[in-house]
Amino acid sequence: MELLWLAVSTIAIGVFGCVAWFWGSNWLLDRIYPPRGARAGDNIRRANQIRPWLFLGPAILFLSTYLVYPVLDSFWRSLFNSNGSQFVGLDNYVWLVNDGKFRESMLNNMAWLLVVPALSTLFGLLAAQLTDRLKWGNIGKSLIFMPMAISFVGAGVIWKFIYEYRASGETQIGLLNWIVTQLGGEPQIWLTLPMWNNLLLMIVLVWIQTGFAMVILSAALRGIPEETIEAAILDGASPLQVFFKIKVPQIMGTIAVVWTTITIVVLKVFDIVFVMTNGQWGTQVLANLMYDWMFRGTPDYGRGSAIAIVLMILVTPIMVWNIYNARKEVR
Amino acid sequence: MEGMAGQKSSLAWAVNISAFLLVLLWTIPTLGLFVSSFRDRDQISTSGWWQSFSGSVQTGFVRSGTADDQVQEGDLYVIEGSALEGTQELTSWGTNARQPDANAPGDTVELEPGIDLTVTEDGAYRMTSAQPFEMRRGERIFTTTLSPPAFTVDNYNRVLTAGGLGRAFMNTMTVTIPATVIPILIAAFAAYALAWMQFPGRALLTACVVGLLVVPLQVALIPLLRLHNELGIGKGYLGIWLAHTGFGLPLAVYLLRNYMVGLPREVIESARVDGATEFQIFRRIILPLSFPALASFAIFQFLWVWNDLLVATVFLGNTREQLVMTGLLRELMGSRGGEWEILATSAFISIAVPLLVFFAMQKYLVRGLLAGSVKGG
Repeated sequence: MELLWLAVSTIAIGVFGCVAWFWGSNWLLDRIYPPRGARAGDNIRRANQIRPWLFLGPAILFLSTYLVYPVLDSFWRSLFNSNGSQFVGLDNYVWLVNDGKFRESMLNNMAWLLVVPALSTLFGLLAAQLTDRLKWGNIGKSLIFMPMAISFVGAGVIWKFIYEYRASGETQIGLLNWIVTQLGGEPQIWLTLPMWNNLLLMIVLVWIQTGFAMVILSAALRGIPEETIEAAILDGASPLQVFFKIKVPQIMGTIAVVWTTITIVVLKVFDIVFVMTNGQWGTQVLANLMYDWMFRGTPDYGRGSAIAIVLMILVTPIMVWNIYNARKEVR
Repeated sequence: MEGMAGQKSSLAWAVNISAFLLVLLWTIPTLGLFVSSFRDRDQISTSGWWQSFSGSVQTGFVRSGTADDQVQEGDLYVIEGSALEGTQELTSWGTNARQPDANAPGDTVELEPGIDLTVTEDGAYRMTSAQPFEMRRGERIFTTTLSPPAFTVDNYNRVLTAGGLGRAFMNTMTVTIPATVIPILIAAFAAYALAWMQFPGRALLTACVVGLLVVPLQVALIPLLRLHNELGIGKGYLGIWLAHTGFGLPLAVYLLRNYMVGLPREVIESARVDGATEFQIFRRIILPLSFPALASFAIFQFLWVWNDLLVATVFLGNTREQLVMTGLLRELMGSRGGEWEILATSAFISIAVPLLVFFAMQKYLVRGLLAGSVKGG
C-alpha cells in the first residue's frame, strides 16, 4: 500500500513538475517579452526564438544524460583497467580479440543475426499473406501477434516447458522430447547440445518477433495497388507468381525496415540467454558476456565497457541508415 | 481474390489449413503454460500438459500380504487386500518388473502351480492356494492406473497468498506506471517543438533522435549507475523511473513527432492567427488530436517496462523487497527449477497483465507500430 502511494505521489509530482516547468517557463517568457506594447513585433520574434528550447529542454536534458553521455563515458572507460585507475589504451580491445568467450559470443551473435531476422520476416510474411482474406484472419493475427506482449523471461519459462528433458524411459514432460520419443528417437538435453541449443534459443525470439513482422508486412500488402494484382491475374499468373513476382517486390522497402528493426533487437538479445542457459554450453552472446564482466564476481568495468562499445559499433551502420532515410523524408 | 475463389476452392482450403496450423504452432507454447498452471506438482512432473485432458497414467507397485495375512475359506487359503489407494481406476497390472502391464483387470494369473492371483478393476487383489502360504515377503503387484483429468486453482491460491509474488507485482506496478506517464509528457512537448516550431537545428535534432533510437541500453548501464551514485540517487525507484524515462524518450519523441507532423496545418495556423499562444495551441489542439499516438506509445512503454529484466536488475537491486516480477521469475527458474507448478503459475500471472493490455488496446499498438516502422516502404 505504501508503495502504491509512493507511485501515485511520484506520478503526481512528476506530472505537476512537468506542467509547472512548461507552463511556468512560458509564462515567464511572456512576461519578459510581452507580445504587446510598442515593441510587440520585436518581442514576439525574440520569444519565438527561445520558446522551442523551453519545450525541448527536458527532453534534451534526458537524452543527453541517459543516452549520449553514457556512450561517451563507456568509450572513455573502455580505455582504462578494471577499476578505472590506470589508462591502458586499447589493451581491453586487444584482450577481447584474443578471448575465446568473446569470439564465441561474436560468432553466436552473427548466427542470431542470420537466422532470427530471416525466419521472423519469412514467417511474418507467410502469416500476413495467409490470414489476409480469411474470415477468422484477425483472430489468427492476434494470436500470432500475442507473444509480442510476453516478456523474454516469461517466454523463457514457456519454452522451458517445451525443451524439458526426462531420462529415456520416463514420461517426457517437455513437448519437444515427447514428440521425438513418439517418433522413436532418443530424448535429448536440448539446451546443452552444441549448436542445437543456439538454434532453440533463437526460435524463442523468432516466436516473439514474427507477430511484429506480420503486422507491418500485412499493412504493406494491403497498400499494394489492386490494379497491379488484377492485371497479373488477367495475364494468367498463378497465385504463387502473383505473390512472389508482383506482391513481394512491391513491399521490398518494408521488408528491409522489418529486417533491420529485428536486427537491432537481435543484437541486444540478453534476457532469453540470461534466463535459459546463462551463456553456458556455447550459447554466450555479447550482451550477456558484458553483463558477466560488469556485474558478476569482481567487476571489470574496462572490459565490460569495451564489449558495450563493440555492441554500439555493430548498431552504428543501422543508425546511419535510419538517419539517412529520415532526413530524406523530412526534405 | 473473389474472382478466383470459385475456381480454386482447393486453394482456399489449403490457405485455411496452413493458416490454422501456423496459428496453432504460435499458440501452443502459451497454452501449455496456461494449462500447466492449473495442474498440481505430481501431475506436472509425471505427464505432459497435453495429456492432462485425457487423464494421467501412473504406475506403481505394492506387495501383497504375507503368509501371516492368509485366511482359510473352505479348502482354499486366501490373501486379500487392495493394490490401490483411493479411487483410482486400474488399467493394467502385472507381477513382473519387465512386464508391469501384462494383464488386464480381472485376469487370473497362475504364479506358481496351485497359486492364483486375480486383480480386479477397483484394485482389490485375491491370491488363492490349495496349500497354506509360507512366504515371508509379499508378492509384488505392479499397477498402471488412470487418474481422471483434474485441474486445480490451488497453485494460484498458494502463489497469490504466499507474499513473494504479491510484493513483486506491486513493485512492478510501482516501477511501470510513473515510467510510462513521465516520458509521455516530456516527449509530447519536444515532439510539438520538432514538428511545428521554426528554429535553427531542427532537422539536426530530429536526426539525433532517430539515431538515438537504436543505442543499445547496455552501453548506458555502468555510466548511469555511477552517475546515480554520485548524485545520491543510488539504487531505487527514483533511479529506475529516470532511467526508463531516458531510454523511452527517443521512441516517444519519434512516434509523436511523426504523428503531429501529419496534423492539419490550417487548424494550427488559424489558431495562431487568432492570437493563441503556443502553449494554448499545444494544450487545446495538439494534445487532444494526438491521442492515438499518445496511446500507442503508452502501450509500448508499458509493455516494455513491465517486461524488462535488465534495467530492473541493474537499477533496482535484487533483494526480496525490491524484486520485480521478471526478476522473481528468473530467481524461480534458477533456484526452484523443480517447483514447476509455482513457476508456471507465477509466469502466467506475470504475463496476464501485459496480455490484457495487449488484447484491449491492440488497435493502438498496431497503429503505433505502423507509424514507427513503415518508412520508405
